[in-house]
Order: sequence, then structure tokens, then C-alpha cells
Amino acid sequence: MTAQPSKATEECFEGASRAIFKFNMALDDIILEPLAKGYNKLPSPVRSGTSNFTSNIGTLLSIPNNILQGNLKQLGHSVGSFAVNSTVGILGFLNPAERMGLKPHKEDVGQTLGSYGIGPGCYFVLPVFGPTTVRDSVGLIADTFVDPFAHVTIRENELLGASGNSLDYYSVKGTSAVDFRADNDKNFESLEKNSIDLYSSLKSIYLQDRENKIKNSIDDQDEWGSLDN
Amino acid sequence: MRKTVVYLITLFLFFQSPLLSYSSNPKDFINELVNDALSKLADKSISKDEKASFIEKIALDNVDINALGLYTLGELRKSSNEEDISNYKKTFQQYFLKSLTSRLSDYSSSKFEIISEDKKSTNYTIVNSKVTPEDGGVEIKIDWRIYTKNPDKPLIRDLIVEGLSLARTQKEEFASILNANNNDIKVLIKKLEEFLIN
Repeated sequence: MTAQPSKATEECFEGASRAIFKFNMALDDIILEPLAKGYNKLPSPVRSGTSNFTSNIGTLLSIPNNILQGNLKQLGHSVGSFAVNSTVGILGFLNPAERMGLKPHKEDVGQTLGSYGIGPGCYFVLPVFGPTTVRDSVGLIADTFVDPFAHVTIRENELLGASGNSLDYYSVKGTSAVDFRADNDKNFESLEKNSIDLYSSLKSIYLQDRENKIKNSIDDQDEWGSLDN
Repeated sequence: MRKTVVYLITLFLFFQSPLLSYSSNPKDFINELVNDALSKLADKSISKDEKASFIEKIALDNVDINALGLYTLGELRKSSNEEDISNYKKTFQQYFLKSLTSRLSDYSSSKFEIISEDKKSTNYTIVNSKVTPEDGGVEIKIDWRIYTKNPDKPLIRDLIVEGLSLARTQKEEFASILNANNNDIKVLIKKLEEFLIN
């Protein structure tokens, strides 16, 4: 089964989404961007350690989704990577699993639904969370039910002796967002500087990225056929 | 006098050679072109204007700006009149050169490496590369869509950064502007002109 092409994705309520987008951009200017710039000034081992730590916890969400997608190979990568990095990699701050050839793809419920052939539905922007589609917003909620980390933290259940609370969950997700923003600081600045409609550029990038993640590949699509000089 | 003429011709050819001597093999073509551009951008003895002028020259010679402009216009390229298309092409070229110089300047302190190439058809080859920022930032995968209809003169048609096509992003950005303005190509041209002024 294949994902629906993102280029056909229509807006749910563009006017409201553009207003929310402006709000998110202001939030980014005031909070996320300064944090990301500060984060980028930290020593490289601190940044990579933090990135590895949040990424390792993020792998937990991939495990149930690998099962739901019936992708046993990726399941092996996810479980193996989490096990190795959480132990040998000192709670995930190091990433020895990568050197062992374990490279888990990040999977979430939105991608799982996409792999079942469910199209994205219309596109909109959520306050704080940013770009999404009907399918991905349903997935975002469902993620908190299938993610073992959310099970332990938000729902405060004990799993294999581990326990936590909501603050742990939001701290990790917040740090992950800062880490992502910091990694893409230069790209974002460049895009902002060179776009004539930043809202549409980010929409296109979001939809292309989701499409690639659902296909688990970045094979380019040949849409140039009729343009032979 | 004759010596002076020979010297001047040699000097001219020396400075022009990077624009003329890129390989026709897609992989080597990108390797030579990008390393040439990056070394020029990193050269502190050259002024900002000279760098911009150099980038513009290699882009005009090695990027299929005309096709890129038509691609980003989408279906409107078939229904617009010749005059509008001609105006659009001119403005798009200026827009492209300005944004390209700006984008490349942002990545001038990076290490560039070709990974592989994938011949898709007689017309297209995808060259896979990666860019590693010198400041230890995250490695970026960049694929280059090379138009090889004329095998002696390959042309760049698209850059696919981490799976995200710049041409497609541009096309969808323009489509949004056109959709909001009754598919009026003149509005798009005006927006591009405003970008050039700012």
C-alpha cells in the first residue's frame, strides 16, 4: 500500500491556520529560537549526549509501531538500539548501537496509519505543535497511548521497574524540540530569508517529510517528465 | 606587445576555466562545481560582491534555470500567454540567483563529499552527496537531480535536501500564492519583484 501524495493535501481552514502559524512563529522568536541558539553554544559532547538521550527515548515509540506495521527488521533495529544504548551507551547518552549497524527509523502512529493506506486528510496548523494533518493529529493523540514512555510518565504506570511523571515526559519532549530546532537553526534561517510565503514552504516541507517517512525512503518523484527541452 | 596579448589571453582563460571545464560525468560535474563554489565562498580575499557574481556565473552556466522556472509555475505554464511567461522567466531568474547566493553563503563553511550516483534514465541522473558543517553540526544529505539529455552538458535541475525537493517546495509555495490570487501570474511576478527589492 502506498501513501497518498502530499501535493493533493488541501487546507482544512487556511485562514485560522495562518493565524496560528503567526502565533507559533512569535513563540519561536521569543522562546524556541533563543533556547536553540543557546543550546548550540554548548560543547559538542553535551549536545550530542542530549540528542542521543532524547532520541533513545523516542525509539520506544517506534517499537509498538514497528509491530503494528509488521516490520520485523525495523523492530529488531529499534529493540536492539534501545537495549544497547540504554545499557552500554550509559542511559542513552552515547550511541554505540549505530556503530553496530543498528539504525532504527523513527515511527509514530500517523506513519503507521499512512502505511495502512490512510491518506493525510486536510492540512492545518496546531498551536505550539505546528503543522499537521487530520491523520497525523489523530496519530499524535494515539501516540500517547502506545508509547511505553508516555505509559510510564503521563499515566504514571510502572513498567519493568521504571516509573515517572508528566514532568519527565514534557521535559524530554521539550528538550527534543529544542535539539531539533538547534540542529535546523541555519536551515530555518535560510528558508525564512528566501521564502516569499514561509507558511506554504513549511507546509510543503512538512508534507514531503511525512510522505518520505511513511515510505521509509527518500526516493525522488519524477514530476519533470513534460519538461524536456 | 605580442607577449602582453598572449599573457592577457592566458589570464582570461585561466579565470574563465572553472566555468568551462566542469566534467560531463554527473558525479564529477557536481564534485568539481560544488567544491569550486565552496572554496570561492570561503576565500576571505574576495569581496562579497565578487563572490555573488561568481556564484551567479556558475549558476547561469550549470543550472537549468529556465526549466526550473517553468516547473515551479506548474500547470499555469501551459495556459499563460507568451508575454507573461517571458516576464516570469526573467523575474524568476533574478529571484533564483539572489536566493541561491544567499543559501550557498549560509553553507560556505562546510565539507562536501560525493557518495554515489544513480542513473534514472537517459535524461536524468541523481548524484548523492553529503555536507558536513565545519562547526560539528549535523551531516546533511543532498541529492542532485542532473538533466543529462545533452550528455556533454549536464545541468542541475533540483536539489533534494534530506529527501525534501527544493524545486517542489518552490512549486508548492508559488501554487499557494497563485491559488490565493485567482491564478494571476502577474501577482506572482510582483511578489518575486518585491523579494528582489528587499
